[in-house]
Amino acid sequence: MAPETIEPTAPPLRAPSPPPTDRPLHTLPAPFTSSNLEVLTQGAEALVYKSVFLTPHTPCVVKYRPPKPYRHPVLDRRLTKARLLAEARVLVRCKRDGVDVPGVLGADWEGGWLVLEWVEGKTVRGVLDGWAERGAGEKEGILGLMERVGLAVGRLHEIGVCHGDLTTSNLMVRVPEKKAEVQEQNDELEGDIVLIDFGLASHSTQNLQDEDRAVDLYVLERAFAATHPKAEPLFKDVLSAYGESFKGARAVLKKLEDVRLRGRKRSMLG
Amino acid sequence: IPIHTLTLPHYPAHPIHIALFTHVRNAPTLRSQLLSSNPAFDYAFLDASTLLSPTHLLLAAQLALHAHLTHRAKTRTPHSELVFRLHPNNNIGEAYRKFGIADESSEVLVVKFGGMGDGVTAEGVGTHLGEVVEGEVVSIGEGMEEVAMFADVGKIRKIYKLGEAGAKGKGKKGAVVNGDGKVRDERKDMESVILGTMALKGS
Repeated sequence: MAPETIEPTAPPLRAPSPPPTDRPLHTLPAPFTSSNLEVLTQGAEALVYKSVFLTPHTPCVVKYRPPKPYRHPVLDRRLTKARLLAEARVLVRCKRDGVDVPGVLGADWEGGWLVLEWVEGKTVRGVLDGWAERGAGEKEGILGLMERVGLAVGRLHEIGVCHGDLTTSNLMVRVPEKKAEVQEQNDELEGDIVLIDFGLASHSTQNLQDEDRAVDLYVLERAFAATHPKAEPLFKDVLSAYGESFKGARAVLKKLEDVRLRGRKRSMLG
Repeated sequence: IPIHTLTLPHYPAHPIHIALFTHVRNAPTLRSQLLSSNPAFDYAFLDASTLLSPTHLLLAAQLALHAHLTHRAKTRTPHSELVFRLHPNNNIGEAYRKFGIADESSEVLVVKFGGMGDGVTAEGVGTHLGEVVEGEVVSIGEGMEEVAMFADVGKIRKIYKLGEAGAKGKGKKGAVVNGDGKVRDERKDMESVILGTMALKGS
């Protein structure tokens, strides 16, 4: 008994047009153009490019946070600016206190971009993958690397900065300058550890709790286990180097044990 | 007189002309011309002892040019913006006092922005500066190292509030590089912090 034609009771739906925004979505605002940028990667919040800055021979990283049209424009502007500024401030703070991070070379928070120093080298993730492929040997080299990671994170926590997203993709091994010509396979494990991607970092001089530091370490531990199964037993070397790196480190390691017991299905009760 | 011209990547249409003078005798005259906003004197006159490295100057120029071209400059001309952008906070007068020339300045770096549609050329700048600045020209080479040859590290440390030399322990690096490797690292570290401070002006 269906009628022959069905009259629509409401006009057919159309998707709303994208809200107006005065910043380009996937191309950078002035002065950058697609001709002088090379896409490196795209994160959840930002696009990362390689370019040159200040001289034609100085490589740099450009981090662009495009506008999110689904947000209210005023809120979007404020949030982007606040996050960029926070990241840049943490980076400068680290540099001031001697932690190895890429330097801030330039920034335009209205434009939504940040220019950072280029770090030559692989991520620890890449280095560990290469090491696993080569047979997971090279005991001395890999232990040295783990120690340096522990020391680097310790130094960061010592000055009251919490990285927020510690994974092996956010740690880099900087190619030592002198050995650039004589670079062999094994030398992949040599070099200073540089921490990158402080988009989720926070800084507080007095009240960075052991809790926050322990969570930082726990995130790294989980990332290790998930991404590098062969290297998982080496994580204890990271922690032992961390424990010796600054005064309150032992307390943080104790807290870490508590943090490990949290999460799903980790209770010891029945 | 020889002028060094460079262009920043991303701004090929805006060449920047630089000249370096030492044993300058008429700093007070130059300063009074600046203060009276004589249009023929639209340059950035910097006290060369405040420049730590060529990168220091280049970043200030980049920030000033970018601010000017995106109409976000806080000062009237790109040249005054350059002096302003060197300073860590938002006080224009203080920027001029710390980085601009003083009556006793004897090492002066002059910067002129080209590409602003007012017919500025390296030759024109060279001739004009040759007439008005009483001092000896220092030739600037490709690497622009001469720009930083008069740097007063202690003064620069104070302006950017960097603390005493060697106060901040580095922990890791101590074992690797020692001797005079450390002195150069120190200047590089200072430079990193200064560049970041300039980029993060006023926050």
